[in-house]
Amino acid sequence: MSNLILNRRKLLSTGAAVGAGLSMPTILTAASHAGYTNAPNGSTVTLGFNVPQTGAYADEGADELRAYQLAVKHLNGEGDGGMMNTFSSNALQGNGILGKQVTYVTGDTQTKSDAARASAQSMIQKDGAVMITGGSSSGVAIAVQGLCQEAGIIFMAGLTHSNDTTGKDKKANGFRHFFNGYMSAAALAPVLADRYGTDRKAYHLTADYTWGWTQQASIAAATEATGWETVANVLTPLTTTDFSSYVAPVLNSGADVLVLNHYGGNMINSLTSAVQFGLRDKMVNGKQFEIVVPLYSRLMAKGAGENVKGIFGSTNWHWSLQDEGSKAFVQSFGQEYGFPPSQAAHTVYCQTLLYADACERAGTFNPCGVAEALEGFQFSGLGNGDVEYRADDHQCFKDVLVVKGKENPTSEFDLLEVVEVTPRAQVEYEPDNEFFAGGSLGSCNPGM
Amino acid sequence: MDAIFLQILNGLDKGSAYALIALGLTLIFGTLGVVNFAHGALFMVGAFIAVTFSKVLEISKVTVDPDKVDFLGNPAKIKVPYVVDWFGSFGDWIIDYTIPISLLFAIPVMILIGVIMERGLIRHFYHRPHADQILVTFGLAIVMGELIKLWFGSESIPVHVPEAYKSALDIGVWFGFEPGSVIYPNWRLVYFFFSVIVLSGVFAFLRFTTFGMVVRAGMADRETVGLLGININKRFTIMFGIAAAVAGTAGVMYTGVNKPVFHMGMDFLVLSFVVVVVGGMGSLRGAVAAGFLLGILESFASMPLVKDAIAAIGLPSIDQIIIYLVAVVILLVRPRGLMGKAGVMED
Repeated sequence: MSNLILNRRKLLSTGAAVGAGLSMPTILTAASHAGYTNAPNGSTVTLGFNVPQTGAYADEGADELRAYQLAVKHLNGEGDGGMMNTFSSNALQGNGILGKQVTYVTGDTQTKSDAARASAQSMIQKDGAVMITGGSSSGVAIAVQGLCQEAGIIFMAGLTHSNDTTGKDKKANGFRHFFNGYMSAAALAPVLADRYGTDRKAYHLTADYTWGWTQQASIAAATEATGWETVANVLTPLTTTDFSSYVAPVLNSGADVLVLNHYGGNMINSLTSAVQFGLRDKMVNGKQFEIVVPLYSRLMAKGAGENVKGIFGSTNWHWSLQDEGSKAFVQSFGQEYGFPPSQAAHTVYCQTLLYADACERAGTFNPCGVAEALEGFQFSGLGNGDVEYRADDHQCFKDVLVVKGKENPTSEFDLLEVVEVTPRAQVEYEPDNEFFAGGSLGSCNPGM
Repeated sequence: MDAIFLQILNGLDKGSAYALIALGLTLIFGTLGVVNFAHGALFMVGAFIAVTFSKVLEISKVTVDPDKVDFLGNPAKIKVPYVVDWFGSFGDWIIDYTIPISLLFAIPVMILIGVIMERGLIRHFYHRPHADQILVTFGLAIVMGELIKLWFGSESIPVHVPEAYKSALDIGVWFGFEPGSVIYPNWRLVYFFFSVIVLSGVFAFLRFTTFGMVVRAGMADRETVGLLGININKRFTIMFGIAAAVAGTAGVMYTGVNKPVFHMGMDFLVLSFVVVVVGGMGSLRGAVAAGFLLGILESFASMPLVKDAIAAIGLPSIDQIIIYLVAVVILLVRPRGLMGKAGVMED
């Protein structure tokens, strides 16, 4: 009976022992010891690069992967350092991230949301990736961003241009360096009105998923504001390879402008079809028929060949820019691979450096610490002038380039010329803008 | 009216590729009784024969031009293809006509690949269930696609279309339409006429030659033909090679329509298989008719007018699934397909 009598000392020691016992399964994992998902516990830290290696955006995915690998080299102190030498923040020292050597795993999103989520999940659960980055399709980016939010992982979006990524589908754990459909439209519409006039009838072919919808809505609204009329908007499945049956009806639609809200392989094939059907030689309503590609990239221009000559579009970055950051990146990438980087390569390289820099400044890999370091972060030296990661929606704001397919290229890479650098103020919008309405950032999730 | 005419034309053009692949598929099924899911891969291999020839022609002599710089600021390298360096303007002509010249290489190579495929793998599955045949040929298609991806990468690769065929033809004026209302790309017209010639050639070969007569007899009653002392297996192997050549040449010519990529065979295979089923398994005429018919239907389903009408009744877009919807309806109403023989694949 006396054995059951507890004094204060016994109660405390028993309580401590029971407490330690109950917490044992938890403290045996390093991750939870640190209080967040996949906390690195050795001398290395693993990043997950989730890019399309097959599908309509495979070209962009391949270039993204090259840029990620280059960024890892630079973070680990190998190579010439690239844009680490021009980045306005001095937190990165070329000794990995927080002293840990950077390693990486890769996955193939197949340009499909479900495959991308499965791939990201595998990298988080099996490979212990502390950050996931990638994209090349907004559908994929939004799906993976949602997964990372649930898992307590930072998602540094790659090439995703839908308004929704930092609009109705924004997440506290997700960050986008790339610009968006609204910004493209705001930069491009005034240039189109200036070059082609304000009395135009536009026919839109639009990729049938989140990016296409928001891109089309943005460019239609912006061009209609300058006086253009939208005569049709035809949605085309992302898997389409032969666009002839979508392009043929344009001939008799009364439109004098064809807007191709397509990207990657889709754009290459739809533009090829449009040129094959002689649209660029056609006169309609007494005007020369024109084609517009709101979102351009050098890889697409290369794929489409001479068909891009004289066609206007917008881009996040171009290798011909002459600021110190761009020159350093082009030099570094060009030495490594023998050709200049695409905008997809640029944005993912920046995202990797920005993540690493945020970890260094926060002094932790904890997603909430990293997110706090990124929110409102103002920087320069990464090729886009002065840039800010807005805290309200985790969207980067910077100047936008309006480009045109070069009429007389001097080399196989000299395919686009920068027509105008649209200042950030012209493309900036309020967080509650109608194109970004709905959804909420929520709060940071460290996982565990 | 001009829009409808244009979509019919476009459907015939789309249907050309379906018909060419479906013809080979049904030819193999009719002769060997094998459901060959690797047939789309043969179409893809044909396209990559054109890519290979194009790459060979691109092999260049490199000189350094000290007056020009590359994107890194180094002296620019000027590349001149050896074929142009050696043959001058004739070399330029060869490069310009890469695709048609590739046909000359594609025909023997594809026949060889077809024969090797049949002798090396598929003959071991003649007496196995169709499910086994589908599995092994589907696996073979994946392997072939991955090998092409390994060698050429996952990106689409442009092949030079002859300059003379890059523009479009105002075909509508021939049929009384307003000038400029029915314009059609020259190369797509070439592709359509090419497919008509190949399809006619195969039918004529089967109809008017002794070899063709034996093959048709073998398709009708293999055993009896064998009892007459004819080596029908050898002829069927040759037919497999011919079917491979038809798919391969279709692939070569298609490189001028769309840029080849490693998964293009798989993209076409499923549609072509549906075409064969709709046309009737083993029916050559059915495969060709269904190919063109479904190509036209697919084109019409992509028209804004049709899409709007479907959206107005609250249904999602059907342009990507129209072929399957039609297939379902036909198989429900007539399980043997449009021109299929009674009893074939009906149970």
